[in-house]
Amino acid sequence: MEEPTTDDRTLDANAVAGMLEALFGADLTAADSRCAACGREGEVGTLLAYTLGPGVVLRCPACSAVMLRMVETPRGTLVEAKGLAYLRIAR
Amino acid sequence: MATITAIRDETPRVRSYALGLPSWTPHRPGQHYDLRLTAADGYSVQRSYSIASGPEKEGEIEVTVERVMDGEVSPFLHDVAVVGDRIEVRGPIGGYFVWEPTLGGPLLLIAGGSGIVPLMAMIRHRAATASRIPTRLLYSSRAPDDIIYANELRDLAARADGLEVVHTLTRSQPAGWTGYARRIDDAMLAEVRRPLGDAPLVYICGPTPLVEGAANGLVRIGVPAQRIRTERFGPSGK
Repeated sequence: MEEPTTDDRTLDANAVAGMLEALFGADLTAADSRCAACGREGEVGTLLAYTLGPGVVLRCPACSAVMLRMVETPRGTLVEAKGLAYLRIAR
Repeated sequence: MATITAIRDETPRVRSYALGLPSWTPHRPGQHYDLRLTAADGYSVQRSYSIASGPEKEGEIEVTVERVMDGEVSPFLHDVAVVGDRIEVRGPIGGYFVWEPTLGGPLLLIAGGSGIVPLMAMIRHRAATASRIPTRLLYSSRAPDDIIYANELRDLAARADGLEVVHTLTRSQPAGWTGYARRIDDAMLAEVRRPLGDAPLVYICGPTPLVEGAANGLVRIGVPAQRIRTERFGPSGK
């Protein structure tokens, strides 16, 4: 497994909370998540966010696997979440 | 749409903006608003700004903004915006980096530069609710002039209600300075944490290297990782 790499461009998922909320209709940063690659569980707010590319990438802070990718396209917002074993959004 | 109702200088590079909100909802300290600017040609840019005020003031929030040299939103706010201007906002946003008295303590807050802003919302809310939860703020600034909310922090600490403020000045210190004068390190973290016991509830906000250094350092000195919440600014501030 590659080492988690962080640098000055690394943010917390909190930084994209507004985009997540617009997509999911609820605050996602306090939702529980599980990494499909390493099994780490934690609130979405603990994930690392990379926002300088064309879209947004959320990575696992333990194994750095990509958990969620979101990109706005002319035809709509594309969400790829195969790195996410589950999300639990509290009522 | 929010309306700028007041602008206040905090430091040479930092200003606070009071925003009147027609559809105000009380926020949780630590939350942010997204501000969006749209040019006449439709080009639009959005940034997140932490709320500096507590939720006590109805219909209004305050954000504190550092002027980022190559930024797109903060130069507009600093150089162009005036009282009465309207700005598109969305919020309050975020449910992770928040603190309310019901979450308990003891509380260890660590700020670098304008990372103080969301922590100030927590400190102001703590004071407004007369909470006596033991709280220590470790605040890293470059120079005395860069300390945001310096007077208010001094006054709040003087209330002796369980809030203590510890400064470190990394680049220049005034004559007779007795506080820390270096970047945050493990020894400093251990000294500041000690009165709060082994597992304080920790909120760290600032530039990414400071946040990671402090979070890793706290884990090294035995603070459980689950007790630490972080908010990284990235390279250009927020």
